Amino acid sequence: MSHILIVYEIRDQKIKKVSFEATSAGVDLANQLGGTASALLIGSAVKDLAPEAGKYGVEKVFLIEDGGLEKFSPDVMASAIAQVAEQVGATHILMGATALGKDVLPRTAFLLNSPLVQDIIGYQVNDGKVTYLRPMLAGKLHTEVSLSSAYHLATLRPNVFPVKESPSSPEVSTLQVELPAPKAVVEEILAEAGGKLDVTEADIIVSGGRGMKGPENWYLIENLAEVLGAATGASRAAVDAGWRDHAEQVGQTGKTVSPSLYIACGISGAIQHLAGMSSSKYIVAINKDPEAPIFKVADYGIVGDVMEVLPKLTEEIKKLKSE
Amino acid sequence: MNIAVCVKQVPDTETRPKIDPSGKKMSEEGVKWILNPYDEFAVEEALQLVEKNGGEVTVISLGPAAVEPTIRAALAMGAQKAIRIEAEENPADPLVTAKALAEVLKQGNYDLIFFGKQAIDDDYAQVPQMVATALDLPCATVVVKLDIEGEKLTVEREIEGGKEKLSLSMPAVISAQKGLNEPRYRSLKGIMKAKKIPIETVQVELASGQLEIEKVKFPPEKQPGKIVGKGADAVPELVRLLHEEAKVI
Ligand SMILES: Cc1cc2nc3c(=O)[nH]c(=O)nc-3n(C[C@H](O)[C@H](O)[C@H](O)COP(=O)(O)OP(=O)(O)OC[C@H]3O[C@@H](n4cnc5c(N)ncnc54)[C@H](O)[C@@H]3O)c2cc1C
Ligand SMILES: Nc1ncnc2c1ncn2[C@@H]1O[C@H](COP(=O)(O)O)[C@@H](O)[C@H]1O
Repeated sequence: MSHILIVYEIRDQKIKKVSFEATSAGVDLANQLGGTASALLIGSAVKDLAPEAGKYGVEKVFLIEDGGLEKFSPDVMASAIAQVAEQVGATHILMGATALGKDVLPRTAFLLNSPLVQDIIGYQVNDGKVTYLRPMLAGKLHTEVSLSSAYHLATLRPNVFPVKESPSSPEVSTLQVELPAPKAVVEEILAEAGGKLDVTEADIIVSGGRGMKGPENWYLIENLAEVLGAATGASRAAVDAGWRDHAEQVGQTGKTVSPSLYIACGISGAIQHLAGMSSSKYIVAINKDPEAPIFKVADYGIVGDVMEVLPKLTEEIKKLKSE
Repeated sequence: MNIAVCVKQVPDTETRPKIDPSGKKMSEEGVKWILNPYDEFAVEEALQLVEKNGGEVTVISLGPAAVEPTIRAALAMGAQKAIRIEAEENPADPLVTAKALAEVLKQGNYDLIFFGKQAIDDDYAQVPQMVATALDLPCATVVVKLDIEGEKLTVEREIEGGKEKLSLSMPAVISAQKGLNEPRYRSLKGIMKAKKIPIETVQVELASGQLEIEKVKFPPEKQPGKIVGKGADAVPELVRLLHEEAKVI
């Protein structure tokens, strides 16, 4: 029987949304395969979070609680996950494709002698066989991947799988594993000023390019992002010019994003940029050149000067929100 | 310092991919190949460390003889040695690649092993972590800053909305992210010098793959949208469409 294990990501004592997305996908997979789904929470104090997992339909919640986990180590977490998978007889291990999931799960995969399907955007079950859908070349192509390994491991791209509430009363149990001595340890988290929302997690992104002319005009992007509750992104041209930090770069050598709304301001739409954002649900382009390639992927376009269009857009959305 | 850098040959980022007749991979016809952009940061960091502390840099790539131009590109940046692990083609299964690389890396007694954070063709972002686990070494990924004091490393890695500071000690595995450094240009002198460096070819038995690509396809095509209008006057209509039609705001 299939047993889908969903590994939760906890930051600042809160479960990340992507873990619930993974849970909904995991529960669905368990239903399709005729199996069960469980949540795994690992940390120094995670017991209080266990009921949260019950909102999305898992049958069991496993806890690994150990004071030694206060200082986070990716190698220790990887080992804990592998041990739990063996103990509870997991067949599938799912986690969010976040900085954490992408870092840790490949290590678990090695320990379980199974490859990992990183960053999936879909899956399909046919006659009990699962194929996973994932982008390659930053989304220029999609591939369907199948596994013949003992375990199936996959990370799920944030914002792709819907969260479905389905209350259950899971059985909660604390497991014992042998934590190895940590090899690399997180000493400190250096948060960006103002606790900025990251593009990979945002539902709306406002992105600026060379057409913004300089960092002094970025308040236009930031003001719009603020009224929308959006993250701010940038093209490589804006990053290379030193206007914005690389963490904001969207594209083939930056981040691949799929928000529900992507607003491209003064961005031409070079192939490397499109690769990173064309799977967004809705794309808005504001560019003064009607021939700019970005208009080929945009659902809605405005041909115009960002300096004039952006303040008006911010104002109109403010108006809408206050209605 | 004895440093290894694993490098991969990938299609140029300008590539508009075509699908191979088998339907299972990207067509290689007419593709221009480059050194994986993230691997350039890895090579650069290794070179800077050796320039400061002495030692040598070995670049390692797994693939057919056709990847040698990419190995030479890394040598032209200034690396001293090169190893190619023979493989008919790049394995579809990252675990196979990782095991083969680990097998060769194990014999080199390296203080540091650098990777790119991700190969921009398959986007697996997992070979470095797997190699580190195979070699039982500490590993930090997506690194944007690296400081060394004696045997101790302090690194910053990129996470959502910020950075994470990690400590680890050598020998260690590091995967490089943009921001770590500014890769140097390949000088004509470097290119000439690289031509004379022999590329050692080694044979490793590849594990059998457990990940199969069943199908490669184009993503669903985006329907061309509409131009709402010109300038600030078009804004109210845009807001209406986003609110009523797309329902995203
Ligand atoms: C190896 C490699 C990797 C790359 N990876 C990435 C990547 O990950 N992400 C990425 O984005 N790029 C990437 N690029 C770069 C890419 O090729 C383009 O150079 C880059 O995306 C261009 O950025 P841009 O659109 O901001 O600038 P430009 O191409 O210069 O476009 C500026 C646009 O702004 C418009 N404009 C100017 N003024 C105004 C105004 N006042 N109002 C409205 N519109 C205005 C112009 O009409 C133009 O369309 C990569 C390139 C290489 C070689
Ligand atoms: N065939 C290969 N030969 C050498 N290094 C590789 C190979 N494939 C991947 N790598 C290394 O592993 C990194 C991450 O690749 P990947 O996990 O495939 O995204 C790359 O940036 C390279 O440093």
